[in-house]
Amino acid sequence: MAHPAPLVAPQPALAAALQTLLGTDLVAHVFTVDEDSITVTREAVAGVMVELRDKLEYQQLMEIAGVDYPDRPERFEVVYHLLSVTKNHRLRVRVSTDEATPVPTIVPVWPNAGWLEREVFDMYGVLFSGNPDLRRILTDYGFQGHPQRKDFPLTGYTELRYSEEDKRVVYEPVKLAQDFRNFDFMSPWEGADYVLPGDEKAGGTGEASGKGAPSPLTAAQVKAADDKAKAPPPPTPKTTEKPTETGAGAKTNIKAAKTSRDGAKAKPATKAAKTPATAEAEKVPPKPRTPRKPKTGGDA
Amino acid sequence: MTDSPHVNHYGGDLFEGYPVDTADTAGDQAVTNYTINFGPQHPAAHGVLRLVLELDGEIIERVDPHVGLLHRGTEKLIEYKTYLQALPYFDRLDYCSPLGMEHSYVLAIEKLLDLEVPARAQYLRTLFAELTRICNHMLNIGSHVMDVGAMTPNLWVFELREDCLNFFERASGARMHSAYFRPGGVHQDVPERLLYDIGEWCEKRLPKLFGDAMSLVIDNRIFKQRNVDIATVSKEDALAWGFSGPMIRGSGIAWDLRKSQPYDAYAAMEFDIPVGTRGDCYDRFMVRVEEVYQSAKIIKQCLRDMPTGPIASLDRKVVPPKRGEMKQSMESLIHHFKLYTEGFHVPAGEVYVATESPKGEFGVYLVSDGTNKPYRCKIRPTAFSHLQAMDMMSKGHMLADTTAIIGAIDVVFGECDR
Repeated sequence: MAHPAPLVAPQPALAAALQTLLGTDLVAHVFTVDEDSITVTREAVAGVMVELRDKLEYQQLMEIAGVDYPDRPERFEVVYHLLSVTKNHRLRVRVSTDEATPVPTIVPVWPNAGWLEREVFDMYGVLFSGNPDLRRILTDYGFQGHPQRKDFPLTGYTELRYSEEDKRVVYEPVKLAQDFRNFDFMSPWEGADYVLPGDEKAGGTGEASGKGAPSPLTAAQVKAADDKAKAPPPPTPKTTEKPTETGAGAKTNIKAAKTSRDGAKAKPATKAAKTPATAEAEKVPPKPRTPRKPKTGGDA
Repeated sequence: MTDSPHVNHYGGDLFEGYPVDTADTAGDQAVTNYTINFGPQHPAAHGVLRLVLELDGEIIERVDPHVGLLHRGTEKLIEYKTYLQALPYFDRLDYCSPLGMEHSYVLAIEKLLDLEVPARAQYLRTLFAELTRICNHMLNIGSHVMDVGAMTPNLWVFELREDCLNFFERASGARMHSAYFRPGGVHQDVPERLLYDIGEWCEKRLPKLFGDAMSLVIDNRIFKQRNVDIATVSKEDALAWGFSGPMIRGSGIAWDLRKSQPYDAYAAMEFDIPVGTRGDCYDRFMVRVEEVYQSAKIIKQCLRDMPTGPIASLDRKVVPPKRGEMKQSMESLIHHFKLYTEGFHVPAGEVYVATESPKGEFGVYLVSDGTNKPYRCKIRPTAFSHLQAMDMMSKGHMLADTTAIIGAIDVVFGECDR
């Protein structure tokens, strides 16, 4: 026992007792991190709670927590935490459900389940059939959505401010002056399932994005990608055979014949050694440029 | 004469010889129930509690507490923070006893990590958790007596609360939101002088001033009239409604997590658990008064037995090195950087850790998926269950008793609404 957390004696006989008491309603029983937790079938949860309270002395319901696992077919888990003050033991009972399927209420078993179920409903949208007062509890009057769901953004959708014109608090869509900075410290090779900034082109492998690094490319795929990335060869080989193709000409000669301001005679245009820069210039037709048109958008 | 409704103290007719108008007046007519709002801005609501009260005259028929006016989405925010960054949110839950909130959280992390905590850190945490209990009870006792009409004791116990806050400041640098308990231990060691001063305070100032203040109320006739037999809760009701802390002990059930499921250094401490006999507001009040003395006893034991040694785990994968060390060693620098940016990763799993906070069982249900951020952190507030029983407790009482009942619940909305 290394950690200093609350010390609870394990109950070795609990597993067998649960098995005999609950029978087929008990889906699973695990003992991890010194804590017992059982999974029960959703429909039977109210009856199971009565049994646990009356036969196994779990007198108190301390907490009902919702957890959202969007990847699962039944995405919500409703987790009940029971406490036995006589056996000095805690038990976690969980059921799973989805958005549409209600969980039977346990208000008749423990009256304080009322608010706890209301909170799970408010935060996750889990329905509890039979709860006499299933209203929202923590969120604002008239709130929409279920904020603890994993797909609900941290900022929410509306923001409030006091409007001096209207003399009241007004609701507006959220406007963020700065993006929420969600620093992700996962190493890219340790299971990040997103495209790294600047790495968008590398994702074109046709694989479904998922957990784990993408599998390495085969040689054929690499070659195909390289070929695709290569610029197509020019249609005709580049040659400069006539003076008109050099970009020089009569106009250039006239310009070159002008004296510069200090009186020195400009050198006449001579055939210079061909550099890549000049070769590039040769492509440009010798006619003067037309004035630039204002952009109208949609330029390719 | 005997059937006259107006009878004087001596049995005679009050209006003998006077003409009495026996026609119906407005007061004789049947009054239908009416509904009033209590709060959200009310000095006795201890924050932003809105009660919708259905009254029959002055008798409470039904109470519908509306909570959530201080909901700040703490649980959602925690899911977006690393384990260490999420810690200061706990200070802000129950802002009257911040260290009690941190305690559950750090213990939950340590349980998931299976992290050993040095003895000095455990003693320091126990010491400051008890100091927090005194600090919290000072606020509650003071405001409770003020809600039912007394003024002076509140001023006196607030001096004691001020002392506690000064101690927190000397230990952590912050008066209220200390963020002093960290996963693996505490943030920094305390000066010897502080321990000496706390000891002297527990020995001299606390019993004197607190005893004086309580001598004004605990036998006071008005105070008893306002609290005795108000909101009586039986043992069965207390269990069924999920009561904990002074509320369940006031109903006569000797249940204290410090004794039954000891954490940190509580296993080595010797203290008594006060319980009530009738389960009314007066008993809850008196349980808190006695708990203050018991907390002082625990503090003295902590000071007496305070071990020397490190104040946090030496596991450098969880607890960052101190700055001085960081300036000397490259490895410490790397650890420091990694732990304050990425933070530590917690193995996948889930725990529910509850401690005896000053207000009752404060639990943290922590679900980890193996990353550096909690997948889910459900906070079990103490006030949620207690406030829910408001309807059960105040049915049939007078409107003026509402303040005594709320005062005895010891509700703080930072924690209730999260």
